[in-house]
Amino acid sequence: MIEIEGITKRYDDTTVVDGVSMVIEPRTVTVVVGTSGSGKTTLMRMINRLVEPTFGTIRIDGEDNRSMPAHELRRRIGYAIQGHGLFPHRTVAQNIATVPGLLGWGKSRTAAKVEELLALFQLDPATFADRYPHELSGGQQQRVGVARALAAEPNILLMDEPFGALDPIIRAKAQDDLLAIQKHFNTTIVLVTHDMNEAFHLANKIAVMDKGSVLQYGPPAELVRAPANTFVETLIGETERPFRLLSTGTACAAAEPGEAEGEPIREDLSQQEVLAELLWSGRRAAPVVSAGGAPMGRVTLEALVKRASRLQ
Amino acid sequence: MRIRFDKLGVAITLIAAYGTLGSGFAVLKPNRIVQGQVKSILECFPAWAGAALIVLMLLTVFVALFRTPPWLKLGAAASALATLAVAIGLAADFLTPAGNSYARVSPASGFWILLFAFALLAADAITRLKPAPWMRVLFLFIAAAGIALIFLSGIWSGLSIMKEYAGRADVFWAEAGKHVMLALGSLVAATVVGLPLGVLCHRVAPLRASVLNILNLIQTIPSIALFGILIAPLAWIAATVPGAAAIGIRGIGVAPAFVALFLYSLLPIVANTVVGLAGVPREANEAARGTGMTDMQRLFQIEFPLALPVILTGIRIVLVQNIGLATIAALIGGGGFGVFVFQGIGQTAMDLVLLGAVPTVALAFAAAVLLDALIQANSRISNGAGSA
Ligand SMILES: Nc1ncnc2c1ncn2[C@@H]1O[C@H](COP(=O)(O)OP(=O)(O)OP(=O)(O)O)[C@@H](O)[C@H]1O
Ligand SMILES: [Mg+2]
Repeated sequence: MIEIEGITKRYDDTTVVDGVSMVIEPRTVTVVVGTSGSGKTTLMRMINRLVEPTFGTIRIDGEDNRSMPAHELRRRIGYAIQGHGLFPHRTVAQNIATVPGLLGWGKSRTAAKVEELLALFQLDPATFADRYPHELSGGQQQRVGVARALAAEPNILLMDEPFGALDPIIRAKAQDDLLAIQKHFNTTIVLVTHDMNEAFHLANKIAVMDKGSVLQYGPPAELVRAPANTFVETLIGETERPFRLLSTGTACAAAEPGEAEGEPIREDLSQQEVLAELLWSGRRAAPVVSAGGAPMGRVTLEALVKRASRLQ
Repeated sequence: MRIRFDKLGVAITLIAAYGTLGSGFAVLKPNRIVQGQVKSILECFPAWAGAALIVLMLLTVFVALFRTPPWLKLGAAASALATLAVAIGLAADFLTPAGNSYARVSPASGFWILLFAFALLAADAITRLKPAPWMRVLFLFIAAAGIALIFLSGIWSGLSIMKEYAGRADVFWAEAGKHVMLALGSLVAATVVGLPLGVLCHRVAPLRASVLNILNLIQTIPSIALFGILIAPLAWIAATVPGAAAIGIRGIGVAPAFVALFLYSLLPIVANTVVGLAGVPREANEAARGTGMTDMQRLFQIEFPLALPVILTGIRIVLVQNIGLATIAALIGGGGFGVFVFQGIGQTAMDLVLLGAVPTVALAFAAAVLLDALIQANSRISNGAGSA
């Protein structure tokens, strides 16, 4: 759990982060969105003390984050820097092995981890392990940056626009992988993005920032149904609202008892994806199955339409 | 097809033509001090050998003049240089009257001009070959081995400069040792002090301007004046600090020379350390902190490796500068190759001056090549810095 309490950061006379308080639950994904220069990066960096706050405290699992030396704190918190921040004089493998090296992991354990992460991010170890960062594309560099942040299996992962440079296909894959990693290691993730689709896809809770303040902090559905002000409303996008609502729920949640014709739909698909599938295949309902293939009832167009409405 | 000329080749051709036709190849003097008689290439050898030498020069110029492959240019330049080196020794034997031990033969301007022209050709060819760092070192090693071979073979023993050497071989090597010790020792001392000082200046901004200004000021003091300034404090230290005199600290001699070279070395090393560290990409530094490196780990694992090419450039400047400056040390009894230079000036014996000057230049050149190779090897590793 990360408790942010009355955090303010001033540079000279400009207030960059202004009295932010929020609690980030353990084992959740919190996404921070907001305009450029609204203080997202600064807020995130105060968690691992790359920036020292002017006022306020941050507690991690109940302990003030200033109670241990900054470098020890940072070794326990994965940080994927905006851009990628790879060390230009170190190979991909050496970059990923940075924190394990600092923690004194053995050679074979480190090597195994590096290989595992490269494979996870679809970078063939044989091809990429010994390359230097300038020999990679922007998207590849970014994936290595995220892999480096994950290397020591940290409890907390701070990610600053980690997927900005990825193409849609690899980006979708990277997002799903991230969620899988998060479930597997029970990581608490704080992620900054400018992409609202990404925010709704990943977030348990979304924090909207503007001019250093958090305007609204809550579950995605709450932001859609009850936006705190017009800024939040505009950010979410008026025409997107019903689809955003659907994107926060799974097929399983919309399933009802009954039968339906045609290709079954997996329960973990988002309701937005189910809607798209029904519209595209011209069906009014589709059977739902579990990951294992067991039937779980059906999803109907009416049910989805109902769920997409503000009245729900 | 139009014949394409090499631009530098045209210049080399003109220089070499002037060296061959417009000026003499060697000077014959009745003794080591008086003015001599300039001899052209054809007068320096038996007729056939002189003609052969001219033909070889022509062939080399031909290779230089047209757009030929760099390897061919390098080979031609190397063989021309080697031939010149041997030829000047043979010329000395040919010109010296039999049984006359006073007569002196030394290279004349034409020889030096030809040497320069073909060295230019070689340097240009090497640049075009874009050799790997180890290859540069190999070239240097081959050149040094070639010179050593000619030196040991005695081909040059008829030359005036070698006659000066023969009389003082022991002193020569002793002074050579002192020279290297002065230049390298002061460099090592300046690096040991300058690197931490540079790091300090980088991290403590207010310190930066004042330290660099002071070092700048030192750099502007003429070396003779600096020696003078150092005499009093060093003499005082020698007289008052117990044991100081025993380890060689005196107002004149090696100590002030060493201290002066050390002081001159500080600015390039400190300044380049500061510039190098400032050039480390901000993201790399932030990522280093973000991954939990301590300041020391960041310094040694990230900042130094990335700043190394720039720091090495500073060390290169210092080493070449010190090898040259160490010559002045002879003025205050500090030894080194300068001993021969100043003795030679005193006796108006130019060949003795050369005995000091030629090894100094060769040493500086070799140091520059070695450090350039080292810098190149290091910037290859960190050359992603710009695109990070
Ligand atoms: N070290 C600093 N000194 C002074 N001002 C700073 C410093 N770091 C950041 N700022 C300012 O603080 C504000 C917030 O910066 P921050 O990097 O947190 O924005 P952001 O929300 O991450 O923006 P982006 O989406 O563009 O990355 C900006 O106006 C920036 O100029
Ligand atoms: Mg940012």
